[in-house]
Amino acid sequence: MMKRITPPLDDRILEDLRIGDKVLITGKIYTARDAAHKRFVETINKSGQLPIDLRGQIIYYVGPTPAKPGYVIGSAGPTTSIRMDSYMEPMLKAGLKATIGKGYRSWGVVELLKKYKAVYFIATGGAGALLSKRIKSARVVAYEDLGPEAVFELEVEDFPVIVANDIYGGDIFEEGVKKYREITLPFKIERISEV
Amino acid sequence: MKIVRVEEIEEAVMKLSINVNYFIRDELKEAYKQALEREVSETGKEILNQMIQNVELAASEELPICQDTGVAVIYVEIGQDVKIEGGNLYDAINKGVSRGYKEGYLRKSVVKDPLFNRVNTGDNTPAMIHVEVVPGDVFRLTFIAKGTGAENMSRLAMLTPAAGVKGVKDFVLKTVAEAGPNPCPPVVVGVGIGGTFDMVGWLAKKALMRKFGSRHPDPNYAKLELELLEEINKLGIGPQGLGGRITALDVRIETAPCHIGALPVAVNLDCHAHRVGVWEK
Repeated sequence: MMKRITPPLDDRILEDLRIGDKVLITGKIYTARDAAHKRFVETINKSGQLPIDLRGQIIYYVGPTPAKPGYVIGSAGPTTSIRMDSYMEPMLKAGLKATIGKGYRSWGVVELLKKYKAVYFIATGGAGALLSKRIKSARVVAYEDLGPEAVFELEVEDFPVIVANDIYGGDIFEEGVKKYREITLPFKIERISEV
Repeated sequence: MKIVRVEEIEEAVMKLSINVNYFIRDELKEAYKQALEREVSETGKEILNQMIQNVELAASEELPICQDTGVAVIYVEIGQDVKIEGGNLYDAINKGVSRGYKEGYLRKSVVKDPLFNRVNTGDNTPAMIHVEVVPGDVFRLTFIAKGTGAENMSRLAMLTPAAGVKGVKDFVLKTVAEAGPNPCPPVVVGVGIGGTFDMVGWLAKKALMRKFGSRHPDPNYAKLELELLEEINKLGIGPQGLGGRITALDVRIETAPCHIGALPVAVNLDCHAHRVGVWEK
């Protein structure tokens, strides 16, 4: 079953999301990746004013390619989320309620999502051309000097994501692998950690 | 003696930058379709279908397959009977990259300093260039657009000879298992075995540059490539790591002689877009 959400996200919306749920997002979301997160958190640490109000919002980890003439944005698929893990707690404290990326989060972040009642979505990595079609407008709202790493406000319509971590501590990757693993390994598999 | 002019090299690199990012190779698209037939997970099949739709859209509208259009890694094989005329080889390659990434609306993803001054160079240069002198008069450029999602999950180990085949296999499996969803599976796995610390990483990258589905000339390694592919596909990671049977599309090994006390192994992962192109004169 497909769920539809529009930010800002409140508890009622977040409580309804479970790992594996397919969700379509419509509305305004923001982009940020490594360099923008570094600035966000430096600003928070100095008790400064963030360029965007994070309360109830969704951040999409993406650095799009430049738009060709006649296009609103270039290719725009998710980047690997774990690089943003060490910035997560201050972002969540500032009111962030969801992130979109690809790949797993460190176990520390899975715990933080529970603590701050926030979710982590994944979009299909490498499907940048296809996902760009769900983006209806894009404008830079902060850190223009960062080029592809600037913060964009995106207007999305039916942007397809899957819940990878919910507010209950669930993790889609653990579940998936458990179901399909057909080999016994002589070593322990550790998730890399940035927290 | 064959003459290659720097203008030709620049033009070739410019075109490779754009073409590998817009157009998937036929053999890779075929591999996606075969993967779709073999995948048992419904979510996995859905992801594979999205991958196919994505590469078709990218080709028809001339858009980058993925927004991470990569750092340009370029392998140049120069026959010793080749003369390069008109300027500097490295400058020509970098000019080609700069033009390709600008004219092709590709993302510029290179910073000028890794630690203290992470400022974007603005044109995706410098490329990572490896040059080898080979017999004859061939001039061959192999271009791989290397995204960092898969590059970051690549690993290197200095094993001891006692670790043997099992040690190598375990290290490859562990690398792919721990990478999980991060390198955008189904992945292509390049494995370097032998040489020295510096050489083994390059061997793994070279393995990624080899023709898709090509096997190592030594039957022992060719067999190991297929065994690893089978075992990796039992890890359960699946497309995008959501569970499934298709975790890797291909495994290729490159080898080199090594020290009596050494067994270096490197695993260089590549995402499913696996953007490689060749130009030869």
